[in-house]
Amino acid sequence: MNLKTFPGGLHPPDSKHYSATSPIAVCPLPEQLVIPMGQHIGAPAEACVAVGDLVKKGQLIATAKGFVSVPIHASSSGEVVAVEPRLHPMGKLLPAVVIKTDGEDCWDDTLQGADPAELSGDELKNRIRAAGIVGMGGATFPTHVKLSPPEDKKIDTLIINGVECEPFLTADHRLMLEESERIFDGIDILRKILGIERAVIGIEANKPDAIEKLSREGAARNVAVQALQVKYPQGAEKQLIDAITGRQVPSGTLPMEVGVVVQNVGTAAAVSDAIRLGRPLVERVATVTGPGIKQPKNLLIRIGTPLSFLVEQCGGLHGEPAKIIMGGPMMGQTQLSLDIPAIRGTSGLLIFRQEDLPKKLEAGPCIRCGRCVTACPIHLAPTTIAAYGRLDMLDEANAYNALDCIECGCCTYICPATLPLVQTIRYAKGGIMAKKRTI
Amino acid sequence: MENQLYLSSSPHIHGGETTDKVMRTVIYALLPACAVSIYFFGLPALSVLLICTIGCLAAEALCCRLMKRALTLSDGSAALTGILLGLNLPPSAPWWLSLFGAAVAILIGKQVYGGLGSNPFNPALVARVVLLISFPVQMTSWTAPAPLGSGLDAVTAATPLGEMKTAVMLTGTLPELATSGFGNYLTGNMAGSLGEVSALALLLGGLYLMLRKIISWHIPVSFLGTVIILGGVFWLVDPGTYPSPLFHLLTGGLMLGVFFMATDMVTSPVTGKGMLIFGFGCGLVTVLIRLFGGYPEGVSFAILLMNAATPLIDRFTKPKIYGYVEQEAAQ
Amino acid sequence: MLAAVLSLGGIGLVAAAALGVAAKKFAVEIDPREAAILEVLPGANCGACGFPGCSGFAKALVNGSTAPSLCTPGGSDTVHKIAQILGVEAVTADPKVAVVLCQGDNRKATEKYRYLGLEDCNAAQKIADGPKTCPGGCLGLGTCARICPFGAIEITVDGLAVISREKCTGCEKCIAVCPRRVIRMTPLDASTHVLCNSHDKGAAVRKYCQVGCIACTLCKKNAPEAYKIEAFLAEVIYEHHREAAQVLEKCPTRCIRDFSTGYPEGSSFPPPTVPVKPAQVD
Repeated sequence: MNLKTFPGGLHPPDSKHYSATSPIAVCPLPEQLVIPMGQHIGAPAEACVAVGDLVKKGQLIATAKGFVSVPIHASSSGEVVAVEPRLHPMGKLLPAVVIKTDGEDCWDDTLQGADPAELSGDELKNRIRAAGIVGMGGATFPTHVKLSPPEDKKIDTLIINGVECEPFLTADHRLMLEESERIFDGIDILRKILGIERAVIGIEANKPDAIEKLSREGAARNVAVQALQVKYPQGAEKQLIDAITGRQVPSGTLPMEVGVVVQNVGTAAAVSDAIRLGRPLVERVATVTGPGIKQPKNLLIRIGTPLSFLVEQCGGLHGEPAKIIMGGPMMGQTQLSLDIPAIRGTSGLLIFRQEDLPKKLEAGPCIRCGRCVTACPIHLAPTTIAAYGRLDMLDEANAYNALDCIECGCCTYICPATLPLVQTIRYAKGGIMAKKRTI
Repeated sequence: MENQLYLSSSPHIHGGETTDKVMRTVIYALLPACAVSIYFFGLPALSVLLICTIGCLAAEALCCRLMKRALTLSDGSAALTGILLGLNLPPSAPWWLSLFGAAVAILIGKQVYGGLGSNPFNPALVARVVLLISFPVQMTSWTAPAPLGSGLDAVTAATPLGEMKTAVMLTGTLPELATSGFGNYLTGNMAGSLGEVSALALLLGGLYLMLRKIISWHIPVSFLGTVIILGGVFWLVDPGTYPSPLFHLLTGGLMLGVFFMATDMVTSPVTGKGMLIFGFGCGLVTVLIRLFGGYPEGVSFAILLMNAATPLIDRFTKPKIYGYVEQEAAQ
Repeated sequence: MLAAVLSLGGIGLVAAAALGVAAKKFAVEIDPREAAILEVLPGANCGACGFPGCSGFAKALVNGSTAPSLCTPGGSDTVHKIAQILGVEAVTADPKVAVVLCQGDNRKATEKYRYLGLEDCNAAQKIADGPKTCPGGCLGLGTCARICPFGAIEITVDGLAVISREKCTGCEKCIAVCPRRVIRMTPLDASTHVLCNSHDKGAAVRKYCQVGCIACTLCKKNAPEAYKIEAFLAEVIYEHHREAAQVLEKCPTRCIRDFSTGYPEGSSFPPPTVPVKPAQVD
């Protein structure tokens, strides 16, 4: 097999065995859904329902504020019991709509599907936006924005991201195996919107079954599949583009600069649902896994389902949890408790016990081993940026291109001095951005 | 339960490689060479190694104490410096010489700069050069190897490199030992510093380090390559005056320098390209000193000189950042 | 011999002449007052005046574009000296010092979670708004102590920042970096402070802190002049700080404290250690 990849990166143990063979199971309906208003990059949506309102599944409950924003819909039918700040995966109290489910799970019957062949590109895009579709890989960037390149940017390639390079996560893998029809349909719709033919699905070589299946099915639909070397962060947008097309996205710009649009496999499937069935984004596949879970599974979950409910569906906790992570172990966010809802960007729930955490070591001095420099997929000098960041020398950190850091975590993972490099760089980036805004 | 949860910034897993593990692995890789030196030179070699190691550990502990810092003995770097220093001394080195060297290595070579990671020069080499200049007699009194159980007494002898230098200076031609006896040089059966003597054991350790990915291939390959090619050119031009590359490789401190001193992470460049330049510079200076300099051996001077050039090399070999190549071309 | 003396002497003369000419020709005009002012400034280059370092401030003073009173670290003494040099009237503000309005260290206040990572308050604050349950409490990771140009801030054994009333010069650098805004400027002669920064209701404060202000209003009832209560938090009205000291005993959570020198009573510090700075890779 001709495997492509990018320079840099590393090979953390993929730990996908926990859930890779478990088919997607439908998560039952929880009693209560907590649906935060901010689930995407951009301005949070604004609630348009009040306490006491009865809502149907798929009904609009919050409207988009601005272009880089998307509306939010009820994930099941029931009664709105609260519109108030609730604990958000970000660890803060943020506005949310709380729905007490009625158990009917009844779809809003005004939602109408359509034949994509009969709709224009703009109509399709508007439907995608109305359905609240965002990037499902975890970054949750509104999809319609990515599909609206300025006139002067010529797009020639659609890359579908099926890499799933984060260890532990298997949701995209299972989706590719079980829902390839929807993914291909979504790809066709996305190609129509962009007005291009070339579509490539990138998949890491540790998912040979998915590569085999999608290659076979894709051949008839003019969709290529590119097997990629197993290496983290192969699924990062710019690294994926580099591996597949050999083009480098210039620093500080978007993939459209090199004529590429990247969408996650989950996004493609959601696009298909939004157009064919008229159904907004109210559920997604997430991997509930880790050594702290009794029976790791891939679940089809409703947005707003409490994490504790997901854990219950997977046989409960295995031992005392020490770290609750939303997303994967390399870029996921730690959570304050299990009383937090799953949102659109929740690609996984990962639970570690005390014994699974890296041994806590005093961060030592940098020994200049250069491992972080070798591993950095952006070819930065992480230890230098972090050193400047630590001393609040923001101009120097900026001169070493701190802002180009994608926060993939490779440097921290590999650092023998166990320095919190990414966190320090992230901190420096925050400082640099704040400084830029004030000038 | 809430209070037991940890929150932190991503990533939440770690590769498991830590500074002390790296240092330990390097120490393991040096053990064969230590064993060979003890085999050939007996108890004096063992005592030099022990005094150096204990001396370095004590000096490090003292520094931490004086500077009110947490004790850093467990990171293994002081012990490693001690062993490396021991391998840089002649087996006949008196105890006070070893102890003084250990103090110099840790105090002047490392801690004055701020400890591990901040020293510009390889501490063991700093100590070796200080000793070589301050105590030339003790530092160049070599004994012929007397393998354990052979019943031989320690007698003074010259190192092959030293003998070659003397012969070339006096007669202008190579002595016989520069053209034969390579088998002995390979196994370490010759006079010299503890770590000068066994090319084979050092090579073994170096390969182990490369296999474990503790060091990369760049510095050893470019260092050795430069010595072989440059030494080879001179040899081909005039085999009567200049020794063969093989002689260069197997005698002196080259193997120790190549695999264990030049590759010291703290004092060598961080990028592959930088390491290649660094290794080339080391090789160049080594050969020049060996063939034309006043000292018979130039490895330590070469590495120290290149240590000084490391910040400069790093500056000029900054990696091209992703996304900047095309941008520059477009402008 | 003579030739050597002559030639060397000649070289000396020529060089001296050249230097003399150069010194005259390229002489830089410096207002002598600028140097004199630089002499009396503290020299910490702390930036409290808003100018790039003490020399920048001195230059601005000579230009007449700023007032001497801006050098808060120097105190009235320095201001008077500068005014003398410039020949202007000295206007000094009342000296102020910074106080950490929190006593909730690791023993007395609870944490939402255990924080792992960079020892820095701003970095910790980015993760779920910081580990301390109290939204206003001191995180104790020492960002203020590191930035203080006068070494006036220390972190106690139990993880709380405290500021020395003697060493603090009022440059306000710590106030700018604190993510929880728990440091406040207070008049130097005021010794009584409400050491709490939580605007939560009393019941909530009780849950997470043993020494927080629960807005019971007892202080205000006993000394109505000296205290005000805003958003469930008592505050000393510093114009009447003398009266404030008289009701210390009334506070049920002992969050009103009186200390005129040094650190708040009972602060104990770990043995001093020098932080190990990360090495730089160029």
